Amino acid sequence: MSEATASRSIPRGIAMLRRLDPAVAASFGCILLLLLLGSLYSRSFLSPEYLLQQLKVASFLGVIATGMMLVILLGQIDLSVPWVVTTGAMMACAAAGHGTTGAIIAIPWGILCGVAIGLVNGIGVAYLRIPSMIITLATNAVAQGLMVAYTGGFSPQDAASKAMRYLATGNVVPSLPNAVLVWAVIGGAAIWILSRTTFGRAIYAIGNRERAAYLSGIDTRRVTMLAFALSGGLSAFGGVLLAGYASKAAQSMGDAYLLPSIAAVVLGGTHILGGRGSYLGTVAGVVLITLLQSILSVMQISEAGRQLIYGAVIILMLLIYGRQKA
Amino acid sequence: MIAAEPLFRAERLSKRYGGVVALDRADLEVHPGRIHAILGENGAGKSTLIKLMVGVVAPDEGRMTLEGREVAFARPAAATDAGVVCIFQELSLIPDLSVADNIMISHPPTRLGMIDRRAQRRLAEEALARAGAGDIHPRALVKDLPLSRRQMVEIAKALSRQPKILILDEATSALTASDVTKVFEVLKRLRAEGLALLYISHRMHEIAELADECTVFRNGRRISTFAAGSKTDPEVIELMIGREYKHVFPDKPERKADGRSPALQCRSLTWNDRLKDISFSLHAGEIIGLGGLDGQGQRELLLALFGVLRGCRGDILIDGDKVQIESPVTAKSERVGLALIPEDRKTEGLMLPMSVRDNLSAAAFDRFARFGVIDRQRQSALIDEMIRLIEIKTASADLAVSALSGGNQQKVVIAKWLMNKPRIILLNDPTRGIDVGTKQEIYRLLRRLADDGAAILLYSTDYDELIGCCDRVLVMYDGAIRRELSGAEITERALVSSALNVHDSEPASVP
Amino acid sequence: MTEWRYWFSEQRGTLLAIGIFAAMFLIYSTNHPAGFSVNMVQTAANKATLLAFVAMAQAIVVITAGIDLSVGMILTLTNCLASWIVVGTATETALGVIGVLGTGLLCGMINGAVVIFGRLQPIVTTIATGAMYYGIALFLRPNPGGSVNETLADALTGRLFGVLPTSLVALAVAALVIWVPYSRSVVGRAAFATGSSEVAAYMSGAPIRAAKFTAYALAGLLSAIGGLFLTFFSYTGEAAYASGNAYTLFSIAAVVLGGVSLMGGRGSAIGAIFGALAFRTIGDLLFVFDLDPLWQPLFQGIVLMLAVSIGAFGLVRVRNRLEWFG
Repeated sequence: MSEATASRSIPRGIAMLRRLDPAVAASFGCILLLLLLGSLYSRSFLSPEYLLQQLKVASFLGVIATGMMLVILLGQIDLSVPWVVTTGAMMACAAAGHGTTGAIIAIPWGILCGVAIGLVNGIGVAYLRIPSMIITLATNAVAQGLMVAYTGGFSPQDAASKAMRYLATGNVVPSLPNAVLVWAVIGGAAIWILSRTTFGRAIYAIGNRERAAYLSGIDTRRVTMLAFALSGGLSAFGGVLLAGYASKAAQSMGDAYLLPSIAAVVLGGTHILGGRGSYLGTVAGVVLITLLQSILSVMQISEAGRQLIYGAVIILMLLIYGRQKA
Repeated sequence: MIAAEPLFRAERLSKRYGGVVALDRADLEVHPGRIHAILGENGAGKSTLIKLMVGVVAPDEGRMTLEGREVAFARPAAATDAGVVCIFQELSLIPDLSVADNIMISHPPTRLGMIDRRAQRRLAEEALARAGAGDIHPRALVKDLPLSRRQMVEIAKALSRQPKILILDEATSALTASDVTKVFEVLKRLRAEGLALLYISHRMHEIAELADECTVFRNGRRISTFAAGSKTDPEVIELMIGREYKHVFPDKPERKADGRSPALQCRSLTWNDRLKDISFSLHAGEIIGLGGLDGQGQRELLLALFGVLRGCRGDILIDGDKVQIESPVTAKSERVGLALIPEDRKTEGLMLPMSVRDNLSAAAFDRFARFGVIDRQRQSALIDEMIRLIEIKTASADLAVSALSGGNQQKVVIAKWLMNKPRIILLNDPTRGIDVGTKQEIYRLLRRLADDGAAILLYSTDYDELIGCCDRVLVMYDGAIRRELSGAEITERALVSSALNVHDSEPASVP
Repeated sequence: MTEWRYWFSEQRGTLLAIGIFAAMFLIYSTNHPAGFSVNMVQTAANKATLLAFVAMAQAIVVITAGIDLSVGMILTLTNCLASWIVVGTATETALGVIGVLGTGLLCGMINGAVVIFGRLQPIVTTIATGAMYYGIALFLRPNPGGSVNETLADALTGRLFGVLPTSLVALAVAALVIWVPYSRSVVGRAAFATGSSEVAAYMSGAPIRAAKFTAYALAGLLSAIGGLFLTFFSYTGEAAYASGNAYTLFSIAAVVLGGVSLMGGRGSAIGAIFGALAFRTIGDLLFVFDLDPLWQPLFQGIVLMLAVSIGAFGLVRVRNRLEWFG
């Protein structure tokens, strides 16, 4: 009667391929398609310089989307990205303006501000049971208020520190932008956390069925709070990098990253209700969105046309493989 | 009973889910004015047959005829309109709507395109009265009602559709004893009025009281149809499990007092007004049962011990030391060593889309992780061992747990906790809705665990289980322990009378 | 006696919203420099009704356990469209109004169709469609401009009988003509059922698809009314991304303040109206207390935080922690 079989030892590579989410495969397929389309428009589209440039731009979104993915895996959402990104950037630049000590702590300080906001989100969601959509909206508004009051309504004048600029635009490895390296490191850490740590497995459990995770003795509140804190820190770090890229911060610099980060995570196969998704998919989603935006601007389509196509393409791609079960 | 032309006939119905055959050329005849009981283990095909009959899914092969005409239902609404109505276990009630809205959800009286609230309320009150639930206020929100009241609303709702065939799928499992009596009266009256009833239940004594004829399903096929009462219970169970049916329960060992402090001791545990001054002791090697009618505080007691309830007063002692259990995290810790197999495996015990491996690991990360990092090899080794030990039938540890049968799912829940090597195991009605074969395995497992030194507290709604498994039974009534029965004292008569808080002539032994 | 009790518990959220608004408005009017006057009420009403329309729209969708992140963009789109076609003779103006409302309805129907037939999650769908609607708005009005039939505009933003702000009357009419019949219809009840438990609604044979479709369509219609009124107030059409976004986000806040549950199944658009009015009044309290407008975003953010945390007080009464989880 018992035919219980132990898990056989299959070569790891083949096991991975077999488990490859069709959504992830579709995402990579779409990337190839876009590259093809772009190359039809202009030969330089497939040049390594251009592709690396795209990867660099994608890295900023990639860092932010990593945090968003953690939160979405939990079954929550983080709508405070716009102003956490901006806060990270502004605070880092502000610190950078305070001499050598300032320059040294600029980056950690910016990230810390993001972590703090993330903690507020996390405590609100986990301990006060406030729906994440609404608490992150509120913290976004508060962060905006704080930054507006801080800058007096003017554009921030502080410049980014040298370290920030180096991180965003320098090259440790010749011809490979630092930003891409940074994203790779963060991405690697994310993959490791999600698959090899109890924290990561707990995130999946909570996203799947929080009640069962709680009754299994998982500290669901702490895990949720930490995930939001991480998301805040990563968003702020994204802001720090962006400030390094532009050499300074700007009001509303984070607005352009909220919807793309959500779209990237979802297009990469992570289920919007949580519990399912792989980081590889998020990578694909980020690259996809970046390429899409890039193609649209290269083709010199007006902003109006770009928004229209942007929205239509996302829906189209989701219709192809992002559907729920009936 | 001469077979008149059947009201409903299913012929050679088949349904496959992927590679699994759920129903294999099954056939069934339903006659008006008769109560037809359907028995079978989980996975025998009963629920699939019902789903086909009410239009939730469509058959791969075969056909159904209603009143001589062939029918095929595309949606549950179509089946209901045709007169085939099913009473589920509260699956079809809308929590945020009122009782009246729920009863008349699919066919409300309208005026000028809007719902006529007054007429609706009148119709709802009539339906409730007909179902014997006239005490339920039509404006009450369903989510504010206890489970037994919700079940009665479900019954009222079904009756309001003027069904030709009424199907009850484990519909009485949540009801209090007095509700069950009322419902049975209603069902018998409906039978006399000519309604055809299909009754699915695991409770033999209910079937004995109600049914005119019984059909046994096994492995997706109809095995036998016979008049009720013409076979003994063991014979019926043999038909259901397909092999000789002997000992259900493993032997209970002789208990020897060994002077050690009890594994778990409760002193004056009180919570809200649902738990009143509960005191008892549980020793290692013992299986203690919680008995009594549904909803007398048994579930709350288990939750309180596991740290889920806030504001408990009183003491809990583990191995003689007082402990404060604030959450399941504390409860499962090494120091306390508790485990809880919860009430609903689908929403509380398992993360259904996740793999067997992930589910088994959920409570026991500390066994194979250091500083939060998982040791994959150690994890696989422990999981493989557990799958073998508990005999969980699954093709691989990476299969999603939702693909397993109900019995195997429950085994995963139990195994998940055994990974943690708990000292005290709390079980909340663990064999409800589980097939007979798996039930036996679980009973054997529990006794083995007790022999190895675990202390087990088992809440069950099944008298046979309490009698067969437990060394002692604590019968609860209205949040307090009314009576403790030991050994030979545990009889069905004693259980029933103490559950109803009736004082028997036998002397009670108060803990 | 029990009848009243049931009615109270049914309307609890809405009554609370009315209470909050009344309190806020009392503080506002008693401290207003111009004192309590019809002018003051009219100005306040005009600003608030825009958000109220969008809040109604959002409430109708949220009740089905969905969300519509494109309502602000539908408002923007219809505003731009109105600045083109709600002009000229009485007949032309009338046709223009019909055209604008029809467009809003169409946008809503597109949202509904994609969610229902495409089986996509509302949050991602409406993010994408919102981008598309914004693109069209930008196409219509790359720069702010246009005009509107001023007679109509003044009539609808003025006062009735010299006392009652016409915009409030329009709001009341919309609630009476759209919300009340909808909420009492079979389709409206099915919407509540869908939001409360879609599984149970399906098993009970409730018209789920019709309910969702109607909800999104009505949301589009109501947002269009808001867009129309914006044109009446400003006499122009402007494709302002930031303000469209703000309407969407604030509509969610208004809906929460109005006692509508984000999980679906509970609440009323009337509560959302008062939630919007309260939210706007709170924002204006700053002006009344003569505080530096620089602090307004922060103030609004903090108020939002406090408002959403109110629900957390109910947690103290929770005795069974399993109630935390849905």
